[in-house]
Amino acid sequence: MWGKLFSLTAVLLLVAACETTPEETGDAGGDGGTTATTDTTGGDTMAGPVPGSQEDLVVNVGDRVFFDFDMYDVRADAQDTLTRQAEWMQKFPDVNVTIEGHCDERGTREYNLALGDRRANSVKNFLVALGVDPNRIVTISYGKERPAVEGSNEAAWSQNRRGVTIVN
Amino acid sequence: MNKIASLYLLALAVLVLPAQLARAELSIDITQGVVDPIPVAVTRLLGGGETEQVGRDVATVVAADLERSGLFRAIDTRAFIQQPEAIALQPSFGDWRQINSQLLVTGNVGIEADGRLQATFRLWDTFAESQMTGFTFRTVPSNWRRVAHKIADAIYKRVTGEDGYFDTRVVYVSETGAATRRVKRLAMMDQDGANHRFLTNGDDLVLTPRFSPTAQEITFMSYFNDTPRVYIHNIDTGQQELLGNFPGMTFAPRFSPDGNRVVMSLSVGGNSEIFVMDLRTRRIDQLTKDPAIDTSPSFAPDSSRIAFNSDRGGSPQLYVMSASGANPQRISFGDGRYSTPVWSPRGDLIAFTKQHKGLFYIGVMRPDGSGERLLTKSYLDEGPTWSPNGRVIMFFRETPTSKGNVSKLFSVDLTGYNERLVVTPLDGSDPAWSPSLP
Repeated sequence: MWGKLFSLTAVLLLVAACETTPEETGDAGGDGGTTATTDTTGGDTMAGPVPGSQEDLVVNVGDRVFFDFDMYDVRADAQDTLTRQAEWMQKFPDVNVTIEGHCDERGTREYNLALGDRRANSVKNFLVALGVDPNRIVTISYGKERPAVEGSNEAAWSQNRRGVTIVN
Repeated sequence: MNKIASLYLLALAVLVLPAQLARAELSIDITQGVVDPIPVAVTRLLGGGETEQVGRDVATVVAADLERSGLFRAIDTRAFIQQPEAIALQPSFGDWRQINSQLLVTGNVGIEADGRLQATFRLWDTFAESQMTGFTFRTVPSNWRRVAHKIADAIYKRVTGEDGYFDTRVVYVSETGAATRRVKRLAMMDQDGANHRFLTNGDDLVLTPRFSPTAQEITFMSYFNDTPRVYIHNIDTGQQELLGNFPGMTFAPRFSPDGNRVVMSLSVGGNSEIFVMDLRTRRIDQLTKDPAIDTSPSFAPDSSRIAFNSDRGGSPQLYVMSASGANPQRISFGDGRYSTPVWSPRGDLIAFTKQHKGLFYIGVMRPDGSGERLLTKSYLDEGPTWSPNGRVIMFFRETPTSKGNVSKLFSVDLTGYNERLVVTPLDGSDPAWSPSLP
């Protein structure tokens, strides 16, 4: 199930990957899946994503991990993604990243700002433990201010409780 | 610009009373939910020429203020038997009793030689057939709405014994757009929604504005330069100042009651703690030291203690500590998750947001945690703020719809009655009520 959700999100992010605004995942509702095979990045399909780019991270590594309600420990299913992220960052030593911590809407604003900061730092600490230089990582919390998807149900909330790695 | 400092309101002594003092005291006990609002007839303040319309407008604003409080019911002016211009020295009380008007407001308005607006009102008890109170206000004509609010405040105070809260403002966050890329702007308006204006342009995400005790400044959080920090916005100059030079995210700011300090959270490495900054000396003191989340600090009105939100016990709960950070005590012990404690200006209660079994509530409890009462509930009610007299709470409510969540401001009486939509041009959140304006 997580794989399916993840691939959908990854596709959506691919569409928006050329934009500079963080977290422009577009409308996740509806038939976003129809864009799955559509290359909107300029037609350079032969080359694929530029190595070390955000698009590369999204397509080949996975840019985000998810958290349980009001939790900030890295889940077992997130460890693979973060391990790949750490390897990827070792492969591209000039790449610096910002890790965004996000929450679902089932908490109050200020508490969620603190919780989002915890989540971003959980991701950072995991990467650092795998050997990534901490000076290459900054964190930012968006609390519940920037959900990835709209929706007032667990399916939406579970996608919004996330840590997202953004190439600077 | 509507500068508060330039305002000059003069309350004259109570006008000459009729021979007998008011008997049969008409009063409302606002500690109870009011089921039967007191009927009041607000006649237009009589004025000639250019002030005729001002007199009508003032009466409309007064009636709307009183009615919105839930304690009064304004009688339709079309039901009036005695016309305002016929009320010379004293009303025909029988005419007003006949339309069940227990209270009657009369007055006049004019422009003085120096160009100032002069407005006089009288509040009558139609059963005792006596004047209950009366004042004259003088100010620049553009301040006529504030005159109306001052009149409503005087009437509210005379009838309830409590200070009014109509001559106040609200700062809040105006919202537009999809949740995934919501645009948020600071906005300010009079308590009744008039004189609405935006303070920021929406380029930066802004959150949680709160007034200083003089209502001249607003402390808030902004993501300016993608760096979430606490700022102070000066209402007169429009200038914004970054507050302090902290190594991490600062958020959840709130002024101390004397306005000389701002208490807020700082998060470093994922651990949030509460700090207080002296605005004069720039000295910073750390008040909490705990690996848990510590945020949403709110001073008691006597500055002796600070309520805050922490999950040090395993879930978000309310705590109270001394203003120096000593002796933190958990005060919330009911079922559910508690956050956003806000101390009442009267000091007797702490308002909060409670989350339990999929719903959110606005409630109040005493500072020792006793006497919890829930006032509202919905999918998401959050962020209480007090009227300066501690009788009304404003908050925001998010409602899921097929087109995404709708966020609106609401107010509710401390009794849990009189829940009302606070009308804003766009969606709204994070309201903060100003003190009574000087």
